[in-house]
Amino acid sequence: MSIKGKAYFAGIYEHPARKITDKSIAQVHAEVAKGALEDAGLTIRDVDGYYCSADAPGTGGLSMIDYMGLTVKHADSTNTGGSSYLYLVAHAAEAIAAGKCNVALITCAGFGRPGTAPRDMGGGVPESAFESPFGPVTVNMYAMAAMRHMYQFGTTSEQLAWVKVAASHHAQHNPNAFLKKVLTVEDVVNSPMIADPLHRMDCCVVTDSGGAVIVVSPEIAKSLKRPLVKLLGTGESPKDQMGGNVDLTYSGAVRTGAIAYAEAGVKPSDIKYASIYDSFTITVVMTLEDLGFCKKGEGGKFVMDGNLISGVGKLPFNTDGGGMCNNHPGNRGGITKIIEAVRQLRGEAHPKVQVKNCDIALAHGTGGSLGTRHGSATLIMERE
Amino acid sequence: MATPYQERKISAPQLNEGDAPYFEAASQGKLLIKYCNDCKKYHHYPRALCPFCFSDKTEWKEAQGTGTIYTFSVSRKSGPVPYAIGYVTLDEGPSMMTNIVECDLDTIKCGQKVKVTFKPTEGGPSVPMFRPV
Repeated sequence: MSIKGKAYFAGIYEHPARKITDKSIAQVHAEVAKGALEDAGLTIRDVDGYYCSADAPGTGGLSMIDYMGLTVKHADSTNTGGSSYLYLVAHAAEAIAAGKCNVALITCAGFGRPGTAPRDMGGGVPESAFESPFGPVTVNMYAMAAMRHMYQFGTTSEQLAWVKVAASHHAQHNPNAFLKKVLTVEDVVNSPMIADPLHRMDCCVVTDSGGAVIVVSPEIAKSLKRPLVKLLGTGESPKDQMGGNVDLTYSGAVRTGAIAYAEAGVKPSDIKYASIYDSFTITVVMTLEDLGFCKKGEGGKFVMDGNLISGVGKLPFNTDGGGMCNNHPGNRGGITKIIEAVRQLRGEAHPKVQVKNCDIALAHGTGGSLGTRHGSATLIMERE
Repeated sequence: MATPYQERKISAPQLNEGDAPYFEAASQGKLLIKYCNDCKKYHHYPRALCPFCFSDKTEWKEAQGTGTIYTFSVSRKSGPVPYAIGYVTLDEGPSMMTNIVECDLDTIKCGQKVKVTFKPTEGGPSVPMFRPV
Protein backbone atom coordinates (compact mmCIF):
# COMPACT_ATOMS: atom_id res chain seq x y z
CA MET A 1 0.00 0.00 0.00
CA SER A 2 1.24 3.46 -0.86
CA ILE A 3 0.23 6.73 0.80
CA LYS A 4 0.60 8.58 -2.52
CA GLY A 5 -2.33 10.95 -2.92
CA LYS A 6 -4.13 9.51 0.12
CA ALA A 7 -3.33 12.26 2.63
CA TYR A 8 -3.47 16.06 2.32
CA PHE A 9 -2.06 18.94 4.37
CA ALA A 10 -5.16 20.88 5.42
CA GLY A 11 -3.81 23.17 8.13
CA ILE A 12 -0.50 24.63 9.29
CA TYR A 13 0.49 27.00 12.08
CA GLU A 14 3.82 28.22 13.46
CA HIS A 15 3.81 29.89 16.86
CA PRO A 16 4.97 33.51 16.40
CA ALA A 17 6.87 33.64 19.73
CA ARG A 18 10.57 32.80 20.04
CA LYS A 19 10.83 33.42 23.81
CA ILE A 20 7.98 32.18 26.00
CA THR A 21 8.04 32.83 29.75
CA ASP A 22 4.37 32.95 30.75
CA LYS A 23 2.93 29.77 29.23
CA SER A 24 3.27 26.05 29.88
CA ILE A 25 4.50 23.70 27.16
CA ALA A 26 1.05 22.08 27.18
CA GLN A 27 -0.54 25.45 26.47
CA VAL A 28 1.78 26.03 23.53
CA HIS A 29 0.81 22.60 22.11
CA ALA A 30 -2.86 23.62 22.41
CA GLU A 31 -2.30 27.08 20.90
CA VAL A 32 -0.55 25.70 17.82
CA ALA A 33 -3.28 23.04 17.46
CA LYS A 34 -5.91 25.80 17.53
CA GLY A 35 -3.98 27.84 14.98
CA ALA A 36 -3.65 24.94 12.55
CA LEU A 37 -7.33 23.96 12.92
CA GLU A 38 -8.40 27.56 12.21
CA ASP A 39 -6.11 27.61 9.18
CA ALA A 40 -7.76 24.43 7.90
CA GLY A 41 -11.32 25.51 8.69
CA LEU A 42 -11.78 22.59 11.08
CA THR A 43 -12.54 22.38 14.81
CA ILE A 44 -10.99 20.38 17.64
CA ARG A 45 -14.06 18.09 17.52
CA ASP A 46 -13.07 17.01 13.99
CA VAL A 47 -9.72 15.58 15.17
CA ASP A 48 -9.66 11.77 15.38
CA GLY A 49 -5.89 11.15 15.31
CA TYR A 50 -3.19 12.80 17.47
CA TYR A 51 0.58 12.78 17.07
CA CYS A 52 3.28 14.32 19.20
CA SER A 53 6.82 13.24 20.03
CA ALA A 54 7.87 11.72 23.35
CA ASP A 55 9.17 15.11 24.53
CA ALA A 56 5.57 16.32 24.99
CA PRO A 57 4.53 16.44 28.66
CA GLY A 58 3.23 13.13 30.02
CA THR A 59 3.44 9.56 28.79
CA GLY A 60 3.38 9.51 25.01
CA GLY A 61 0.44 11.63 23.90
CA LEU A 62 -1.77 10.72 26.86
CA SER A 63 -1.48 13.97 28.79
CA MET A 64 -1.83 16.16 25.70
CA ILE A 65 -4.88 14.21 24.48
CA ASP A 66 -6.41 14.73 27.94
CA TYR A 67 -5.40 18.43 28.13
CA MET A 68 -6.90 19.25 24.74
CA GLY A 69 -10.06 17.25 25.35
CA LEU A 70 -9.49 14.96 22.38
CA THR A 71 -11.10 11.62 21.62
CA VAL A 72 -8.95 9.83 19.04
CA LYS A 73 -8.92 6.54 17.19
CA HIS A 74 -5.23 6.59 16.32
CA ALA A 75 -2.16 8.08 18.01
CA ASP A 76 1.64 7.89 17.85
CA SER A 77 4.49 9.44 19.82
CA THR A 78 7.59 8.43 17.87
CA ASN A 79 10.75 10.12 19.13
CA THR A 80 13.61 10.62 16.71
CA GLY A 81 14.59 14.07 17.98
CA GLY A 82 13.98 16.96 15.60
CA SER A 83 13.03 14.64 12.74
CA SER A 84 10.10 13.21 14.77
CA TYR A 85 7.49 15.42 13.10
CA LEU A 86 8.28 14.16 9.59
CA TYR A 87 8.00 10.61 10.89
CA LEU A 88 4.69 11.55 12.55
CA VAL A 89 3.27 13.01 9.32
CA ALA A 90 4.24 9.79 7.53
CA HIS A 91 2.57 7.69 10.25
CA ALA A 92 -0.55 9.87 10.20
CA ALA A 93 -0.75 9.51 6.40
CA GLU A 94 -0.42 5.73 6.73
CA ALA A 95 -3.22 5.68 9.33
CA ILE A 96 -5.46 7.78 7.06
CA ALA A 97 -4.69 5.60 4.03
CA ALA A 98 -5.58 2.53 6.12
CA GLY A 99 -8.87 4.10 7.21
CA LYS A 100 -7.87 4.34 10.88
CA CYS A 101 -8.58 8.09 11.13
CA ASN A 102 -9.49 11.08 8.93
CA VAL A 103 -8.21 14.22 10.65
CA ALA A 104 -4.72 13.90 12.12
CA LEU A 105 -3.33 16.63 14.38
CA ILE A 106 0.47 16.79 14.78
CA THR A 107 1.85 19.23 17.36
CA CYS A 108 5.31 20.35 18.48
CA ALA A 109 6.11 22.69 21.34
CA GLY A 110 9.28 23.20 23.31
CA PHE A 111 11.48 25.57 25.20
CA GLY A 112 15.05 25.81 24.00
CA ARG A 113 18.02 24.83 26.07
CA PRO A 114 21.65 25.32 25.19
CA GLY A 115 23.07 22.28 23.44
CA THR A 116 26.60 22.46 24.82
CA ALA A 117 25.97 20.60 28.08
CA PRO A 118 26.90 16.89 28.03
CA ARG A 119 23.87 14.70 27.45
CA ASP A 120 22.76 12.47 30.30
CA MET A 121 22.05 9.17 28.60
CA GLY A 122 20.66 7.53 31.74
CA GLY A 123 20.84 3.94 32.91
CA GLY A 124 20.18 1.15 30.45
CA VAL A 125 21.34 3.01 27.33
CA PRO A 126 23.71 0.39 25.88
CA GLU A 127 26.35 2.77 24.48
CA SER A 128 26.40 5.05 27.51
CA ALA A 129 29.60 3.81 29.20
CA PHE A 130 31.45 3.81 25.86
CA GLU A 131 30.55 7.39 24.92
CA SER A 132 29.64 9.56 27.93
CA PRO A 133 33.19 9.70 29.40
CA PHE A 134 34.46 11.41 26.24
CA GLY A 135 32.18 14.45 26.43
CA PRO A 136 29.87 14.06 23.43
CA VAL A 137 27.58 17.10 23.09
CA THR A 138 25.31 18.07 20.23
CA VAL A 139 27.70 20.44 18.50
CA ASN A 140 30.88 18.32 18.67
CA MET A 141 29.03 15.31 17.25
CA TYR A 142 28.04 17.30 14.15
CA ALA A 143 31.49 18.89 14.10
CA MET A 144 33.09 15.44 13.75
CA ALA A 145 31.02 14.87 10.61
CA ALA A 146 32.10 18.28 9.29
CA MET A 147 35.78 17.58 10.07
CA ARG A 148 35.68 14.30 8.15
CA HIS A 149 33.85 15.95 5.23
CA MET A 150 36.59 18.57 5.04
CA TYR A 151 39.34 15.93 5.24
CA GLN A 152 37.83 13.58 2.70
CA PHE A 153 36.28 16.02 0.20
CA GLY A 154 38.10 19.31 0.75
CA THR A 155 35.00 21.14 1.97
CA THR A 156 35.83 24.53 3.52
CA SER A 157 34.44 26.66 6.36
CA GLU A 158 33.60 29.33 3.79
CA GLN A 159 31.46 26.86 1.85
CA LEU A 160 29.62 25.76 5.00
CA ALA A 161 29.05 29.43 5.86
CA TRP A 162 26.97 29.90 2.69
CA VAL A 163 24.21 27.80 4.29
CA LYS A 164 23.86 30.36 7.10
CA VAL A 165 24.20 33.27 4.68
CA ALA A 166 21.40 31.94 2.44
CA ALA A 167 19.13 31.34 5.45
CA SER A 168 19.78 34.89 6.68
CA HIS A 169 18.79 36.33 3.28
CA HIS A 170 15.42 34.62 3.75
CA ALA A 171 15.04 35.44 7.46
CA GLN A 172 15.24 39.20 6.81
CA HIS A 173 11.71 38.96 5.36
CA ASN A 174 10.28 36.98 8.30
CA PRO A 175 9.10 39.36 11.07
CA ASN A 176 9.06 36.49 13.58
CA ALA A 177 12.59 35.24 12.82
CA PHE A 178 14.92 35.03 15.81
CA LEU A 179 17.84 36.39 13.73
CA LYS A 180 16.80 38.87 11.03
CA LYS A 181 20.20 40.33 10.16
CA VAL A 182 21.64 39.50 6.74
CA LEU A 183 24.98 37.79 7.30
CA THR A 184 28.10 37.42 5.18
CA VAL A 185 30.51 34.51 4.85
CA GLU A 186 32.99 36.58 6.88
CA ASP A 187 30.45 37.05 9.68
CA VAL A 188 30.12 33.28 9.96
CA VAL A 189 33.77 32.25 9.76
CA ASN A 190 34.82 35.06 12.12
CA SER A 191 32.28 34.08 14.79
CA PRO A 192 33.75 32.20 17.80
CA MET A 193 34.85 28.61 17.28
CA ILE A 194 32.59 26.32 19.35
CA ALA A 195 33.76 22.86 18.30
CA ASP A 196 36.27 22.73 15.43
CA PRO A 197 35.40 23.23 12.61
CA LEU A 198 31.98 24.64 13.55
CA HIS A 199 31.66 28.29 14.56
CA ARG A 200 28.87 29.82 16.56
CA MET A 201 27.11 30.88 13.36
CA ASP A 202 27.34 27.39 11.89
CA CYS A 203 24.79 26.48 14.57
CA CYS A 204 21.01 26.87 14.54
CA VAL A 205 19.21 29.19 16.91
CA VAL A 206 17.78 28.05 20.25
CA THR A 207 14.15 29.15 20.69
CA ASP A 208 10.94 28.60 22.66
CA SER A 209 8.14 28.02 20.17
CA GLY A 210 6.06 25.38 18.44
CA GLY A 211 4.03 24.48 15.41
CA ALA A 212 1.24 22.21 14.23
CA VAL A 213 0.11 20.47 11.06
CA ILE A 214 -3.26 18.94 10.16
CA VAL A 215 -3.22 15.98 7.75
CA VAL A 216 -6.58 14.78 6.40
CA SER A 217 -8.16 12.32 4.00
CA PRO A 218 -8.73 13.40 0.35
CA GLU A 219 -12.50 13.71 0.89
CA ILE A 220 -12.09 16.12 3.80
CA ALA A 221 -9.34 18.11 2.04
CA LYS A 222 -11.64 18.66 -0.95
CA SER A 223 -14.48 19.86 1.32
CA LEU A 224 -12.29 22.67 2.76
CA LYS A 225 -11.49 26.07 1.26
CA ARG A 226 -7.69 25.79 1.36
CA PRO A 227 -5.31 25.07 -1.55
CA LEU A 228 -4.89 21.31 -2.04
CA VAL A 229 -1.45 20.04 -1.00
CA LYS A 230 -1.03 16.28 -0.99
CA LEU A 231 1.66 13.86 0.13
CA LEU A 232 3.34 12.00 -2.72
CA GLY A 233 5.90 9.95 -0.82
CA THR A 234 7.61 9.43 2.50
CA GLY A 235 10.80 7.72 3.62
CA GLU A 236 12.13 7.05 7.08
CA SER A 237 15.33 5.30 8.16
CA PRO A 238 17.73 5.91 11.04
CA LYS A 239 21.49 5.67 10.66
CA ASP A 240 24.07 4.79 13.32
CA GLN A 241 27.64 3.62 14.02
CA MET A 242 27.07 0.27 12.33
CA GLY A 243 28.81 -1.87 14.92
CA GLY A 244 31.99 0.18 14.64
CA ASN A 245 32.07 0.58 10.85
CA VAL A 246 31.71 4.31 11.45
CA ASP A 247 31.19 6.38 8.30
CA LEU A 248 30.21 9.98 9.00
CA THR A 249 30.23 11.06 5.36
CA TYR A 250 26.58 10.28 4.77
CA SER A 251 23.26 10.43 6.61
CA GLY A 252 20.06 8.41 6.64
CA ALA A 253 18.86 10.67 3.82
CA VAL A 254 20.69 8.37 1.39
CA ARG A 255 17.98 5.81 2.11
CA THR A 256 14.98 8.03 2.92
CA GLY A 257 15.39 10.14 -0.20
CA ALA A 258 15.50 7.09 -2.46
CA ILE A 259 12.44 5.57 -0.76
CA ALA A 260 10.42 8.81 -0.94
CA TYR A 261 11.37 9.60 -4.56
CA ALA A 262 10.36 6.08 -5.60
CA GLU A 263 6.98 6.30 -3.88
CA ALA A 264 6.34 9.80 -5.22
CA GLY A 265 7.55 8.96 -8.74
CA VAL A 266 9.69 12.10 -8.89
CA LYS A 267 13.41 12.85 -9.06
CA PRO A 268 15.58 15.51 -7.43
CA SER A 269 15.36 17.78 -10.50
CA ASP A 270 11.54 17.90 -10.07
CA ILE A 271 11.85 19.53 -6.62
CA LYS A 272 11.19 23.29 -6.81
CA TYR A 273 11.66 23.99 -3.10
CA ALA A 274 13.37 22.03 -0.31
CA SER A 275 13.08 22.36 3.46
CA ILE A 276 16.33 20.81 4.68
CA TYR A 277 16.92 20.22 8.39
CA ASP A 278 19.55 22.73 9.41
CA SER A 279 20.71 22.00 12.94
CA PHE A 280 24.18 22.95 11.69
CA THR A 281 25.54 24.08 8.33
CA ILE A 282 27.14 20.67 7.75
CA THR A 283 23.75 18.97 8.18
CA VAL A 284 22.46 20.79 5.09
CA VAL A 285 25.56 20.15 2.97
CA MET A 286 25.51 16.40 3.66
CA THR A 287 21.74 16.09 3.28
CA LEU A 288 21.75 17.82 -0.11
CA GLU A 289 24.31 15.29 -1.34
CA ASP A 290 22.39 12.37 0.15
CA LEU A 291 19.10 13.50 -1.43
CA GLY A 292 20.77 13.60 -4.85
CA PHE A 293 20.82 17.36 -5.44
CA CYS A 294 24.56 17.05 -6.10
CA LYS A 295 27.21 14.33 -6.00
CA LYS A 296 28.68 13.02 -2.74
CA GLY A 297 31.44 15.36 -1.61
CA GLU A 298 30.26 18.28 -3.77
CA GLY A 299 27.76 19.74 -1.28
CA GLY A 300 30.21 22.47 -0.29
CA LYS A 301 30.50 23.71 -3.86
CA PHE A 302 26.74 23.32 -4.39
CA VAL A 303 25.75 25.72 -1.59
CA MET A 304 28.22 28.46 -2.59
CA ASP A 305 27.39 31.81 -4.17
CA GLY A 306 23.79 31.92 -3.02
CA ASN A 307 22.69 28.72 -4.73
CA LEU A 308 20.18 28.11 -1.89
CA ILE A 309 18.73 31.67 -1.98
CA SER A 310 15.22 32.00 -3.41
CA GLY A 311 15.24 33.92 -6.67
CA VAL A 312 19.04 33.64 -6.95
CA GLY A 313 20.09 29.99 -6.84
CA LYS A 314 19.02 26.68 -8.29
CA LEU A 315 17.54 25.20 -5.11
CA PRO A 316 15.65 27.60 -2.82
CA PHE A 317 15.77 26.19 0.72
CA ASN A 318 14.35 27.11 4.13
CA THR A 319 12.69 30.31 2.94
CA ASP A 320 11.39 31.09 6.44
CA GLY A 321 15.00 31.45 7.60
CA GLY A 322 15.07 27.84 8.82
CA GLY A 323 16.54 26.63 12.06
CA MET A 324 19.64 28.66 11.17
CA CYS A 325 17.87 32.00 11.68
CA ASN A 326 14.12 31.66 12.21
CA ASN A 327 13.05 29.02 14.69
CA HIS A 328 14.18 25.74 16.26
CA PRO A 329 11.48 25.15 18.90
CA GLY A 330 12.79 23.16 21.85
CA ASN A 331 15.76 22.06 19.71
CA ARG A 332 13.34 20.36 17.32
CA GLY A 333 13.10 21.87 13.86
CA GLY A 334 11.08 19.24 12.03
CA ILE A 335 7.66 20.85 12.26
CA THR A 336 8.81 24.16 10.76
CA LYS A 337 10.36 22.30 7.82
CA ILE A 338 6.94 20.87 6.97
CA ILE A 339 5.12 24.17 7.54
CA GLU A 340 7.33 26.23 5.20
CA ALA A 341 7.11 23.57 2.46
CA VAL A 342 3.30 23.73 2.64
CA ARG A 343 3.41 27.56 2.59
CA GLN A 344 5.51 27.41 -0.58
CA LEU A 345 3.15 24.96 -2.31
CA ARG A 346 0.14 27.08 -1.36
CA GLY A 347 1.87 30.23 -2.60
CA GLU A 348 1.68 31.64 0.94
CA ALA A 349 5.39 32.16 1.58
CA HIS A 350 6.58 35.77 1.93
CA PRO A 351 6.41 37.38 -1.56
CA LYS A 352 10.16 38.13 -1.44
CA VAL A 353 10.97 34.42 -1.08
CA GLN A 354 8.00 32.72 -2.76
CA VAL A 355 9.24 30.27 -5.41
CA LYS A 356 7.50 30.74 -8.77
CA ASN A 357 5.37 27.82 -10.03
CA CYS A 358 6.18 25.84 -6.90
CA ASP A 359 4.34 22.58 -7.57
CA ILE A 360 6.55 19.94 -5.93
CA ALA A 361 8.44 20.38 -2.65
CA LEU A 362 10.51 18.22 -0.33
CA ALA A 363 10.96 18.40 3.43
CA HIS A 364 13.69 16.49 5.24
CA GLY A 365 14.39 15.96 8.92
CA THR A 366 17.59 14.84 10.64
CA GLY A 367 17.22 14.29 14.39
CA GLY A 368 19.63 13.14 17.07
CA SER A 369 23.27 13.20 16.12
CA LEU A 370 25.11 12.93 12.80
CA GLY A 371 28.11 11.75 14.81
CA THR A 372 26.44 8.75 16.44
CA ARG A 373 22.79 7.90 15.74
CA HIS A 374 20.15 9.94 13.98
CA GLY A 375 16.60 9.69 12.77
CA SER A 376 16.06 10.62 9.15
CA ALA A 377 12.81 11.22 7.29
CA THR A 378 11.85 12.67 3.91
CA LEU A 379 8.45 13.93 2.75
CA ILE A 380 7.62 14.81 -0.86
CA MET A 381 4.47 16.81 -1.50
CA GLU A 382 2.63 18.36 -4.41
CA ARG A 383 0.15 21.14 -5.04
CA GLU A 384 -2.86 19.87 -6.97
CA MET B 1 48.03 29.38 18.14
CA ALA B 2 48.21 26.37 20.37
CA THR B 3 45.70 24.63 22.61
CA PRO B 4 47.73 22.64 25.15
CA TYR B 5 46.16 19.44 26.45
CA GLN B 6 44.78 19.77 29.98
CA GLU B 7 43.56 16.95 32.18
CA ARG B 8 39.82 17.23 32.81
CA LYS B 9 37.49 15.66 35.33
CA ILE B 10 35.74 12.67 33.79
CA SER B 11 32.51 11.37 35.31
CA ALA B 12 32.50 7.66 36.08
CA PRO B 13 30.88 5.71 33.24
CA GLN B 14 27.44 4.26 33.99
CA LEU B 15 27.96 0.55 33.43
CA ASN B 16 25.27 -1.79 32.22
CA GLU B 17 25.29 -5.53 32.90
CA GLY B 18 28.03 -7.13 30.81
CA ASP B 19 30.22 -4.01 30.58
CA ALA B 20 32.38 -4.80 33.63
CA PRO B 21 35.13 -6.94 31.97
CA TYR B 22 35.92 -4.10 29.55
CA PHE B 23 36.39 -1.58 32.34
CA GLU B 24 38.20 -3.95 34.69
CA ALA B 25 40.72 -4.53 31.89
CA ALA B 26 40.93 -0.79 31.17
CA SER B 27 41.79 -0.16 34.81
CA GLN B 28 44.69 -2.63 34.35
CA GLY B 29 45.88 -0.87 31.20
CA LYS B 30 44.39 -3.27 28.66
CA LEU B 31 42.03 -2.44 25.79
CA LEU B 32 39.48 -5.17 25.11
CA ILE B 33 37.41 -5.56 21.98
CA LYS B 34 34.53 -7.89 21.22
CA TYR B 35 35.07 -10.60 18.60
CA CYS B 36 32.46 -12.89 17.03
CA ASN B 37 33.46 -16.52 16.70
CA ASP B 38 30.82 -17.14 14.03
CA CYS B 39 31.34 -14.29 11.53
CA LYS B 40 34.96 -13.65 12.64
CA LYS B 41 34.47 -9.90 12.90
CA TYR B 42 35.32 -7.41 15.64
CA HIS B 43 32.71 -4.88 16.72
CA HIS B 44 32.49 -1.86 19.02
CA TYR B 45 30.82 -0.79 21.32
CA PRO B 46 30.76 -4.31 22.81
CA ARG B 47 27.53 -6.32 22.77
CA ALA B 48 26.52 -9.76 24.00
CA LEU B 49 25.11 -10.51 20.54
CA CYS B 50 27.14 -9.73 17.42
CA PRO B 51 25.58 -6.72 15.58
CA PHE B 52 26.64 -8.19 12.22
CA CYS B 53 25.31 -11.78 12.40
CA PHE B 54 23.40 -11.86 15.72
CA SER B 55 25.45 -14.79 17.00
CA ASP B 56 25.76 -15.08 20.78
CA LYS B 57 29.26 -16.57 20.41
CA THR B 58 31.09 -13.33 21.11
CA GLU B 59 34.21 -13.08 23.24
CA TRP B 60 36.60 -10.47 24.56
CA LYS B 61 40.01 -10.15 22.91
CA GLU B 62 42.83 -7.84 23.80
CA ALA B 63 43.35 -5.18 21.15
CA GLN B 64 46.79 -3.98 20.09
CA GLY B 65 45.84 -0.48 21.22
CA THR B 66 46.99 1.15 18.02
CA GLY B 67 44.92 2.92 15.40
CA THR B 68 44.26 5.96 13.24
CA ILE B 69 42.18 9.08 13.88
CA TYR B 70 39.05 8.86 11.69
CA THR B 71 37.72 12.24 12.76
CA PHE B 72 37.76 14.58 15.75
CA SER B 73 36.60 17.93 17.09
CA VAL B 74 38.10 20.22 19.70
CA SER B 75 35.28 21.31 22.03
CA ARG B 76 36.10 24.81 23.19
CA LYS B 77 32.93 25.83 25.03
CA SER B 78 31.57 22.58 26.50
CA GLY B 79 33.48 22.39 29.75
CA PRO B 80 36.07 24.07 31.98
CA VAL B 81 38.91 23.09 29.60
CA PRO B 82 39.05 22.38 25.86
CA TYR B 83 39.10 18.72 24.89
CA ALA B 84 39.37 16.72 21.68
CA ILE B 85 36.67 14.13 21.06
CA GLY B 86 37.07 11.79 18.12
CA TYR B 87 36.73 8.39 16.56
CA VAL B 88 39.84 6.21 16.38
CA THR B 89 39.81 3.33 13.91
CA LEU B 90 41.59 0.46 15.64
CA ASP B 91 44.02 -1.64 13.64
CA GLU B 92 41.59 -4.55 14.24
CA GLY B 93 38.91 -2.65 12.24
CA PRO B 94 36.23 -1.01 14.36
CA SER B 95 36.14 2.70 15.16
CA MET B 96 35.58 3.82 18.75
CA MET B 97 34.62 7.13 20.32
CA THR B 98 37.40 8.47 22.52
CA ASN B 99 39.45 11.55 23.42
CA ILE B 100 42.74 12.51 21.82
CA VAL B 101 45.11 13.53 24.62
CA GLU B 102 48.66 14.56 25.57
CA CYS B 103 49.32 16.78 22.55
CA ASP B 104 48.69 20.31 21.26
CA LEU B 105 45.00 19.95 20.38
CA ASP B 106 45.47 22.31 17.42
CA THR B 107 47.87 19.86 15.75
CA ILE B 108 45.48 16.88 15.64
CA LYS B 109 44.71 15.62 12.13
CA CYS B 110 42.49 13.00 10.54
CA GLY B 111 44.65 10.05 9.47
CA GLN B 112 47.10 10.52 12.35
CA LYS B 113 48.50 7.35 14.03
CA VAL B 114 47.68 7.03 17.71
CA LYS B 115 48.24 4.68 20.65
CA VAL B 116 45.99 3.92 23.59
CA THR B 117 46.52 5.36 27.05
CA PHE B 118 44.19 5.12 30.04
CA LYS B 119 42.76 8.00 32.06
CA PRO B 120 41.10 7.78 35.49
CA THR B 121 37.48 8.76 36.07
CA GLU B 122 35.94 10.22 39.22
CA GLY B 123 35.29 7.24 41.47
CA GLY B 124 35.02 4.82 38.56
CA PRO B 125 37.18 2.68 36.27
CA SER B 126 39.75 4.05 33.83
CA VAL B 127 38.73 4.71 30.24
CA PRO B 128 40.76 4.34 27.02
CA MET B 129 42.00 7.47 25.29
CA PHE B 130 44.61 7.93 22.57
CA ARG B 131 47.74 10.00 22.07
CA PRO B 132 49.62 10.63 18.83
CA VAL B 133 52.65 8.38 18.22
